[in-house]
Amino acid sequence: MVGLVRRLFTTFRWSVLPVPGRLIAVIFFAALFIIPLTITIPRYHLLILTFTTIFAMFAVSWDFLSGYTGQVNFGHALFFGVGAYCSALLNKYLGWQPGLTIPIGAVVAMLAGVATCFPALRLRGPYLSLLTMAFPLMLLGLVIALKDYTGGEYGIMVPHIAATGLSQYYICLIVMTVAVLIMWKLTDAGSKYVRTGLIFHAIREDEIAARASGINTIRYKLLAFTIGGLFAGIAGTLYVHVLGVAGPSTLVLTMSFQAVIWVAFGGIVSIYGPIVGVIVLYTLLHFLGVGGTTFIGRNQILIMSVVVILMLLFMPQGVAVWVRNKIERECPRCKLANGAWRKECRACGANLR
Amino acid sequence: MPLIGRLIIQTLMKGGVYALLASGFSLIFGMAHIINLAHTAFFMLAAYGMFYFMHDLGWGTAPSIALTLVGVTLLGVLAYRFILNRIREHIVAVLLITIALGLVIQEVMVLAFGNHYLVAPPIVAGYTKIAGVSVANQQILSLGIMAVVIVFLWLALTKTKLGVSIRATAQDAEIASLMGISVPRTLTITMGIATALAAVGGISVAPLWTIYPQMWSPLLVMVMVIVVLGGLGSIKGSFIGAFIIALVENLIIFFMPSGSYLTTVFALLFMVIVLVVRPAGLFGTIFEEEKL
Repeated sequence: MVGLVRRLFTTFRWSVLPVPGRLIAVIFFAALFIIPLTITIPRYHLLILTFTTIFAMFAVSWDFLSGYTGQVNFGHALFFGVGAYCSALLNKYLGWQPGLTIPIGAVVAMLAGVATCFPALRLRGPYLSLLTMAFPLMLLGLVIALKDYTGGEYGIMVPHIAATGLSQYYICLIVMTVAVLIMWKLTDAGSKYVRTGLIFHAIREDEIAARASGINTIRYKLLAFTIGGLFAGIAGTLYVHVLGVAGPSTLVLTMSFQAVIWVAFGGIVSIYGPIVGVIVLYTLLHFLGVGGTTFIGRNQILIMSVVVILMLLFMPQGVAVWVRNKIERECPRCKLANGAWRKECRACGANLR
Repeated sequence: MPLIGRLIIQTLMKGGVYALLASGFSLIFGMAHIINLAHTAFFMLAAYGMFYFMHDLGWGTAPSIALTLVGVTLLGVLAYRFILNRIREHIVAVLLITIALGLVIQEVMVLAFGNHYLVAPPIVAGYTKIAGVSVANQQILSLGIMAVVIVFLWLALTKTKLGVSIRATAQDAEIASLMGISVPRTLTITMGIATALAAVGGISVAPLWTIYPQMWSPLLVMVMVIVVLGGLGSIKGSFIGAFIIALVENLIIFFMPSGSYLTTVFALLFMVIVLVVRPAGLFGTIFEEEKL
């Protein structure tokens, strides 16, 4: 126990404290955990924070699936909606509780990821995007057409995951933290234990070269779709059980595009970028919007779209990556991240100026 | 018999609009490899323009049409010059920026006209009986406009010098530029033509279809299905695909009125099958060698 604490402290002292990006991430997560316990947050704001954690997981899973492997999926809402409707239908017809339906919904969403992968493996570039865009819309059409079973446009009422808003928030936050940690570790290109990060980068940069190096690219693409689908499915099931209703809004085109917009805003191919994207474009806009009572609240889509256009034109690498490049500098010799104020690398002493 | 007559009229009407939209969409994809998801938003803008000039301002037909056409085309060209042109190498950025553009247009329309269902006043009134079917004169006029525009587009692309330079740039931009064709200029002109085609579609259906701020997104789905079916970048494929899809859609609506929700599902299923079995579509050749 003492050893673990000491190890954590050493890691914090030498690997987190000198790198501003990591320090900000740690402080951010600590704040997410501590602030709602110490300060009473109004119900509306707590609900928005809960949705923030869910959408952060959703956006990160898009980045994992599409950003890292370069398989641009424009129908990520499929997994979200499959998870959501699966959980809701099981609850409605079999009377199962959310504790049971959420894992089942997530697994079904994962299977949907595998199923999507097979046609998607044959296609590249814009063709893949068009193909994936079609799936959630097809499911949406079915949901509306079979309105006797799915409730059509009104959706299905479902029970909440927990009695109070605060406990709902903590459940979503813990699930999100674990999911993001898993995806972060899986995509870590410098990791000693898993090769997936490196291989995803290789597939994105040059699939043929990756295959020539003996990598079974199909297997890794399948893995990306499976895990991306799983976490998006978890996000979908949590979303409906926090909202209390599983409706067609989980499948619409906007839901798919929102994930892409958040990721592109924060910074693609970085796990922290999507979270920043969600914080700015979802949480901040909703806090300022206060349920549609202010000008910002009424024109959220307009503001978001204009921001996205300007951002893609003038800051194409994403806000979070742009900021990170300002406050951190990579050592040219040992590739270690350093604070931008340092004159020499903290590990090898190479000149950074 | 009247049923078949109405089916034909509806198919021609819808097919004409789809053909205008899909050919523009296909043209700009074949040229610049831009998938312009805001394409149908320009169509909607033209319909709103007609509504605004003819209903709100009470202008005559000719100035309304002229100003709408010029205005929408200009907006399209400006959007290309200042937004799309700078990022057209990146697929994700193009898709995102065009969808954002479409959403901006949608939201501006909501701000300007509200979330209402509108119909523009007809250009010509009255009905004509053709083979036992009463057809609104407005429909005949719209069909005529669309037919003329489609024929003109076809002639312009095959017979004029501009058409040749457009097709040359679509086939190989580098060689075209070696032959003395200004590629950026041709691209801008193509974007103008594509938007103008969408605007003509919007102008001709403004008095016939209900206009609402979200009308562009279901239409966009259909246009994508058509373009994929015909082959991305192939104008001929877009024309034929447009009428096939319009016929299928109308057949479903006529014989299974309760299944109108399913038209999108069937259309998309169709697109998925085409993409998986033959990604080049009916007439396209894959990716590099788009032909007319």
